[in-house]
Amino acid sequence: MTHAATPDPAATPDPAATGDSAATRDPAAAGSAPAAPLIQLEGIHKAFGDLHVLKDCELSVAPGEVTVLIGPSGSGKSTLLRCINQLEEPTAGRVRIAGVTQGYAEEPLADGRWQKLPSAEIARQRSRIGMVFQRFHLFPHMTALANIMEAPIQVLGRSKAEAKESALALLERVGLSDRADHYPSELSGGQQQRVAIARALAMEPELMLFDEPTSALDPELVAEVLAVLKELAEGGMTMIVVTHEMGFAREVADRVVFMDEGMIVEQGTAQELIESPKSDRLQDFLASVL
Amino acid sequence: MSTQTPAPASGAASAGPATGRRAADPIPDRIRAKHSPRPGTWISAVVVALVVVGLINFLVTNPVFDWPTVATYILDVKVVQGVGWTLLITVLAMVLGTVVALAAAIMRRSENPVLRGVSWAYIFIFRGTPVYTQLVFWGLFTVIVPKIALGVPFGPEWFSFSTRDYFPAFWAAVVGLGLNEGAYLAEIIRSGLNSVDKGQTEASKALGMGNGNILRRIIIPQAMRVIVPPLGNETIGMLKTTSLVLAVPFTLDLTFATNAISNKLYAPIPLLIVAAIWYLAITSVLMVGQFFLERYFGRGFDDRPGGAAPKRSRQSAVNNSGTTPKDSLPEVEL
Repeated sequence: MTHAATPDPAATPDPAATGDSAATRDPAAAGSAPAAPLIQLEGIHKAFGDLHVLKDCELSVAPGEVTVLIGPSGSGKSTLLRCINQLEEPTAGRVRIAGVTQGYAEEPLADGRWQKLPSAEIARQRSRIGMVFQRFHLFPHMTALANIMEAPIQVLGRSKAEAKESALALLERVGLSDRADHYPSELSGGQQQRVAIARALAMEPELMLFDEPTSALDPELVAEVLAVLKELAEGGMTMIVVTHEMGFAREVADRVVFMDEGMIVEQGTAQELIESPKSDRLQDFLASVL
Repeated sequence: MSTQTPAPASGAASAGPATGRRAADPIPDRIRAKHSPRPGTWISAVVVALVVVGLINFLVTNPVFDWPTVATYILDVKVVQGVGWTLLITVLAMVLGTVVALAAAIMRRSENPVLRGVSWAYIFIFRGTPVYTQLVFWGLFTVIVPKIALGVPFGPEWFSFSTRDYFPAFWAAVVGLGLNEGAYLAEIIRSGLNSVDKGQTEASKALGMGNGNILRRIIIPQAMRVIVPPLGNETIGMLKTTSLVLAVPFTLDLTFATNAISNKLYAPIPLLIVAAIWYLAITSVLMVGQFFLERYFGRGFDDRPGGAAPKRSRQSAVNNSGTTPKDSLPEVEL
């Protein structure tokens, strides 16, 4: 919170830039107690060689807000998500979490370059952001329980007993108490993804990123994962979810962001975007998925 | 037993009283298949049987093999001690080689160009020269480097010791074989590390794990599954390569022991058979060890009813083939 005050001069243009779409929160921001954004993406560009994947993306997410990113394949949704926890380095622009610049020092050096943070500090920044992948990426040589205990023991320095206790509680929360000693290969896709969510939650993250968490699942397994996501959202977790599940977006999202060709084209409440899309591209996209 | 029999009987009776025992089988009319004729199996069996009988006859009746001498020397003190030394050198050289190779493989992946260069040079030199030459070199080490001293370069010495006192032929053999082996194992371990799905590294990074932890806890345990089979192969190769320690010269190993006896008796063939039997026996023991290692590092990979696993391994196979351009595409969204 104290950090949020310092970059104020630089940050003030952002709400203006994204202001018209984030209409619901603007009045609050103008009031006496503005909710400092937890995630701020400022002018994010990403290029892989000649391929310009992200173009000047601006996004600001308040604590507790559930944001759903939608858009056609190759529109840059996943890349944008991966920039937030530094699995991708933006080519230009800045990522701030709770006001703290990610991956670089707060101020540029005298020659205009930016000092990269040491890898240990980057790891520490990542440890506060949970991520769930499309293909789960559970550790196949560890049981479900060991998967969840691993990072709290190695990164947070928790004792084995402590880590086990909270891991068992998390398994119960995702409805898999009876699968603690199973290896990932012995679990269904939906169960694997729920273990992956529990593994991310074990780090007690400030925010959770979901990269198409249900896209690799058989249709009948999607609901059990979405139920966990919904329960998380209702618990007040700040979440960004890349998904094609429009029903989920409509039901759970505080805000829907539509991306196409590397740009954020439109954003607003699920109702606004899905019921009355403004841009042609969003109309085309919705026509193809609904 | 007498108290248990009525229970299933009554169960079967309630399930299907008319059919009796047949009702226990939930699948009706099982197919009782008869194989199509396979004459090849029988023909090959007869041919192989004839060859084996002929071979046994040849081995037993040919006096050159001199089986009584084989029986006399198979448990000779010198021979059994030779087996012990050979085994000890094999194990120590493989341990040294694996440690060095792991370091070289990790350095080869490092972002530090100095470490990458050191690793490359080590592999280049030790893989590029004959192991025999290297063993002769290590045998002469105490001549080339008679004294090791610790101190300021070109300045005062803090202490020094004579290499002759601390570097006997046995250690020259272990170091020579181990460093040579390390160069080959480094490439095996490197390809093992590369075989682990990149998603594992990403997932670990996303949890905030550091590079050391990711390697130690996530990558290496999974790479071992790929590394152990060729490592077993290399160990068995090493067992036989130990016969070259004569070059150091180290003169207590199995091959030297049997050669010495055969020179004394002017009977080379029975002593070769003694050596061969022992090498086969040790190899069999090593294969048992490999079986258990493979089973340990294969945990979690054995049965894969989950839908995700085959796809992931297919993707990593595609990536490993190196036919796709590296990082030319962003994370593809479905």
